[in-house]
This record gives sequence, C-alpha cells and structure tokens, in this order.
Amino acid sequence: MLTIERLNKTFAAPSGPVVALSNIRLQVERGQFITFIGPSGCGKSTLLKIVAGLDTAYEGTVELNGKAITGPSIEKGFIFQEPRLFPWLTVEKNIAANLSLRSADVRRRVDELIELVRLKGFEKAYPKELSGGMAQRVAIARALLRKPEILLLDEPFGALDAFTRSHMQEALLDIWQNSRTTMLFVTHDLDEAVFLGEKVVIMNPRPGHIRNVIGIDLPYPRKRTGASFQELRSRVLGEFEKVESPPQTDVGAGI
Amino acid sequence: MSANDIAWEGAADAGKAATGKPETGKPSPGIAAAGKQGRARLPKWLYGWVLPLAVLALWEAASALGLVSDSALPAPSRIARAFWQLCASGDMAEHLKMSALRAGGGFLLGGATGLLLGVFTGLGRWAERTLDPSIQMLRTVPLLAVIPLFILWFGVGEFSKVLLIALGSFFPVYFHTHLGVNSADKKLYEVTRILQYSKLKLMTKLILPAALPNILLGVRLSVGASWLLLAVAEMMGASAGVGYMIQDARVYAQTDIVFVGILLFALVGKLSDSAVRLAERRCLRWSNTYKG
Repeated sequence: MLTIERLNKTFAAPSGPVVALSNIRLQVERGQFITFIGPSGCGKSTLLKIVAGLDTAYEGTVELNGKAITGPSIEKGFIFQEPRLFPWLTVEKNIAANLSLRSADVRRRVDELIELVRLKGFEKAYPKELSGGMAQRVAIARALLRKPEILLLDEPFGALDAFTRSHMQEALLDIWQNSRTTMLFVTHDLDEAVFLGEKVVIMNPRPGHIRNVIGIDLPYPRKRTGASFQELRSRVLGEFEKVESPPQTDVGAGI
Repeated sequence: MSANDIAWEGAADAGKAATGKPETGKPSPGIAAAGKQGRARLPKWLYGWVLPLAVLALWEAASALGLVSDSALPAPSRIARAFWQLCASGDMAEHLKMSALRAGGGFLLGGATGLLLGVFTGLGRWAERTLDPSIQMLRTVPLLAVIPLFILWFGVGEFSKVLLIALGSFFPVYFHTHLGVNSADKKLYEVTRILQYSKLKLMTKLILPAALPNILLGVRLSVGASWLLLAVAEMMGASAGVGYMIQDARVYAQTDIVFVGILLFALVGKLSDSAVRLAERRCLRWSNTYKG
C-alpha cells in the first residue's frame, strides 16, 4: 500500500522558489491501476519521481507499506517516456541488465517475459533494430523481471503512434491483470487515462495539486465507443474546464 | 532539362544498347546497373591502386631512362630488391621485432595509464578539478621538446625510448576516455539507479560501454602517435629497429634502404590502424545514431 500525506515539493528556480507539489494526499491499495492526468507543469511526473525514490528532497510523508521512501528500490519499477535501453546490449541482455542470463532462474524468467511482451524472435536484436513500440515493450519486460510491487509509468506511450499506443495499452492491461502489480500511470491523454485507470487522478498546475479523483467503474476490457465510457470521459474533461477557478488549498483524496 | 536528366537518359540508352531490351516506360534496375557497368569496368577495390601504380610505372621508366639520379630516387625495382635482401638476411625481422617491442611496450604503458586516469577524472568531480587542468597543460607541450630532458635523465637507452612513446600514446587515450566517461548518458544513469546497479556493475555495464566508442578513437590516435614517436626515438640513437635502419642507411647513402624503412613504417602503421578499425567494427556493432 502506498501512502502519501501532506506532500510538498519546492524547486529552486532563478526567479525564486517554485512550488511544484502542494499538499498532496493519496492512498493507493495494492494491485490498483491509477492514472494521473493534467496539463504540463502540474507536477505529475515529479510526484512519480518522488515515489520512485529518484527525488528525495520533499516535505511530508511518502510511504510504501509503512516504510518511508528514501531512494530507489527493487520493488518500485519505473518506465520512462523513452525506452532508455542500453544500446550496446541485445534485447534479452537489456531485460536482464545487471542480472546474469547464466543464472537458470533469470534465463527462464527472461524467456517468459519475452513471450509476454511478444518479442519472440528478437532476443538477439539490438535496440537500433527495434521500433518505438518494441523498444518500450523491452523496457516494460526489464521492469517486470524485478517483480516490482508497484510500477510507475511516466507517459510511457506518449511518443508512439496512435495504433501502436492502443495496442500497448491493451498489452499493459493484460500484464496488470496477470501480475496484479500496482500501476501508477502518468499521461496527458484523456482517453488513455479513462481507458486504463480504475481511478483517474486529475491534477492542476500552479501549484501542482490534486483537483479531483474520479472512479472509473467500467469492467475491462473497455470499449472507447461505449456510452458510459464517453460519459466518464466528459466528466473528466469537465474537471479541466474548471482550471481557471482558484485552486482549493485542501483538496486531497482518499482512494 | 537538367544535366542530371541528360546523364540519366544517356545511361538508359547505353543500357538499352547493351541488353538489347525494348524500351519500357520506366527504367528497370537492370538497365540502371548496365549503365553503371558501361561507365567503369574496374572492380571497386582496384580504384585506390590506379594512382600509385601509375606513379610507380612512371618512376621506374624515368629511372631506366636516366632522368632521375639513382642516389636520390632509386628505381622501384631496386627498392624492391633491397626489401627482399633485407627480408632474406633476417635483418628486417630483427629490426621489426625491436621496433614492435618498443612501440608496443610504450603504447601499452601509455594507453593503460591514459585509460585509468581518464576514467578516474571522468568520474570524480574532485579528480577532474585537480588533475585535468595540469594534464591538459602538459598536453600542449610538443613532445619532441622533452627529448633532451629524457636523454639527460635516462640516457639514450630503451627506457627513455619506451617512455617517450608511452607519453605520446598517453594523451589521446586519456583525453578521449575522459570525454567518453564524462558524457555518459544521464538518462541511462537514472535507469541504473532504478535497477539498483552495484558500483562495479555501473562501471562495467554503463560507464565503460558508453565510453567505448571514444576510447577506441583514442586508441587509434595513440597507435598512430606511437609509430611516429618510435621513428623519432630510434633515430636519436639505437642499435636496432626500423628507425635505426633508416638512420644507418642514410650515413652510407643507401637511399634504397631508406625507402624500405619508410615503406615498412607505412605498412606497419596501416596494419595496426586496420586492426583497431576491425576492433571498432566488432565492438560497436550496436552503435549508429541510436538514441534511446
């Protein structure tokens, strides 16, 4: 379980301190799929980096299973917007990364994951030979090999074309339903947020804060064209149109 | 109609004549290939040999006709004969062995030091600030200017020769290793933090592979530098080696042997450069403009 209480984050900028996150309150149960959506500058990526332990200069409480997050750890996987593969390693070695393929256990798991992300036949390919979607699937397999309890995804499909993106979304849901990994998924794509998340966290900028949390009570697999999908989509969109109104100072969310 | 169009039409016509095929609306690849063949019948690898062979032929003819002095520019055939004699007598092998030992020893010593120091200053801010400015300053000193100092300190023996070569091959490897290690991708570094790489794995699985293209470039430049300094070192006084062979032949006005020596340097230099290039191709198969 992930608990965030009274989280504040301030950046030092040449023009003075900038409040990136203000009074964030959030609770995520194990196995949930949460999407974060908001315009750029709303602090959603910063929030993800804090949970990952990549950024530890914050105020407030951020705990995973009751333990404060003080740095990166193996139970927190991270998928960046770019695949960030090691260009000198083949697909299978990229997935193994700092683990040795000579270990029978690692070898077996890597083979399973290659099967899972549908990259059979590309084990020995170098990243430069892969398409953007394939490279991102390698990155996902690399994160899953560590069996993370929570997977943090920072606009992972943002650079992909619409067709590949929708395929990747379905693949990710498959993986989630099989592994029951907690997913925190940051996006700026409204459809993506509603299509994937059990809950959509809507964030606003200046200062970055949580505006609202909307539960998406639709069964998977979801139909983008369904009436209820469209209705929820408009509700989320409606939240954005209130952006101009002054931010509430104490809107937190218990999920 | 542009010049390009005219050339294209000409090629297509030549192709038609060669293959005897009826004209079709679109030029087929076969026609284009036939046009190319019509322009040049030489195999690709031969192109590079055309100029040197022509020069050699002219040179040989000029010598035979007595147009050039034999003591300044001996005929290629005479140089070839001297080459063969030196081969047969075993002198050449002896000289080459000596030279290769000096160049190899100096290169290994200098290259290894450059690699270690380059990684060291590339990684640590503190090391970079304290060491790098001094090394960069020393780099600008012309190496040949320190030869007298080396002779004063260590005499003209093997030690000062190897040391001179080591110094010359140190700088390129140092400089490029430093650069490569320094410019390792910050985004990939973040990945290694997420995946919990150990310090050792960070070194062997991120920093060194990322710097490898730069390191190999440095190695190639170093190999070149070590042959250059070998020639200098052997001419400042030695009793064996290709440089000595050249110097000795000069004293006795054996111009043909001087040419043989120069030829040897060219061959060995090219060979070692090719070896490093081969290593580059092997090790850097993954690279070409991959951004990720």
